[in-house]
Order: sequence, then C-alpha cells, then structure tokens
Amino acid sequence: MAIRRDDLYAMLASAFPGARIDIEDTRGDGDHYQVRIISSVFEGMTRVAQHKAVFHALGDLMADRLHALSLKTLVPAKE
Amino acid sequence: MTDAPALFEEIDVLLAQNPVLLFMKGTPEMPLCGFSGFVCQVLERLSVPFAGVNILERQDLRQAIKDYTNWPTIPQLYIKGEFIGGADIVRDMYQSGELEEYFRAQGILA
Repeated sequence: MAIRRDDLYAMLASAFPGARIDIEDTRGDGDHYQVRIISSVFEGMTRVAQHKAVFHALGDLMADRLHALSLKTLVPAKE
Repeated sequence: MTDAPALFEEIDVLLAQNPVLLFMKGTPEMPLCGFSGFVCQVLERLSVPFAGVNILERQDLRQAIKDYTNWPTIPQLYIKGEFIGGADIVRDMYQSGELEEYFRAQGILA
C-alpha cells in the first residue's frame, strides 16, 4: 500500500493549518516518507504527544497503509 | 480479538522486569528492520544494557503494545516503564544529548 505525496500533504495541511510541512518520498515509491512539520500547535507538548497528534491526523494510514514514516516535529523558532 | 487484559498484564510484567525494554522487529543481535536496528545501535553506543521483545515472533504482543501505548509503530522504547518514543524520537534525543542525560537521571548510566 502507498499514498500519493500530495494526498499526504493535504491530510497534514488540514490537520495543522499554518504549519510548514516538508515531505520527502525517500524511495520514490509513495511508501517511505520523511516528514517534517513545524507548527505552533506543538508548543508545550512532549515529543510523544506531538507525534501522536500527527499519527491521529493520519488515522488508519499509520495502521496499515504506509510502510515507513520518519517524522520530525518542531515548534517555530522564536524571534 | 486478542485477549487484551492478559496481554496488557504481560506487558506490565515485562516493563517491571526490564528497566530498558525495546519492542522491536528481530532481536538486539539481529534486528530485522532499519528503525529497530537504529535504536539498538544507539543503546549499544551509550553502553546501556537492554532487553528486546521480538514482536515478529509475538504477533499478539505486536498489536497489544500498540494499543497499550496508543502508538502505531514499532520499535517502541521504554525506560523504567515509561514510553520514550519510536526511532525518530530516540534519534532526536540521542543527537541532542537528552537521551544520555535521561539514562543518567534514571540511574541507568553512572
């Protein structure tokens, strides 16, 4: 199973409005993604909570549709 | 359906018995997944003794541990019963030095 990069982006963008989202399809097969999300939503959350928020946004994608997702969540840098 | 209460109880026991426990694909000697292997490498580099649970040989625990922590992927690292994270979080904490610090704070590293 796999997902198109644009579909993955759309799911994340709707769950994290205003976030900066970078997605790399590391093998070009739609099944191994490296994702970086910078969002103020993550402020004050532990890393585990941040990743859980992303998993929640992806729903059953994580359970059985995506082989590998490497995730990095960040809070926007303060000026 | 699996027997969730019994499996959760087994997980409780495993966590109580092993201060550093990694639910993984394969074994610490022979990881069968890059993410699991990476976490093993980090723990070995920090000289932290740890135990592994090979979920490929325990399909019942494979689902149970995901439900236990509400975390959809393997590997999962636990320190003194506390869920620390998957491979990405371990990588970030290792690179920032937080992981080593955490092991010291927990008395696992001197």
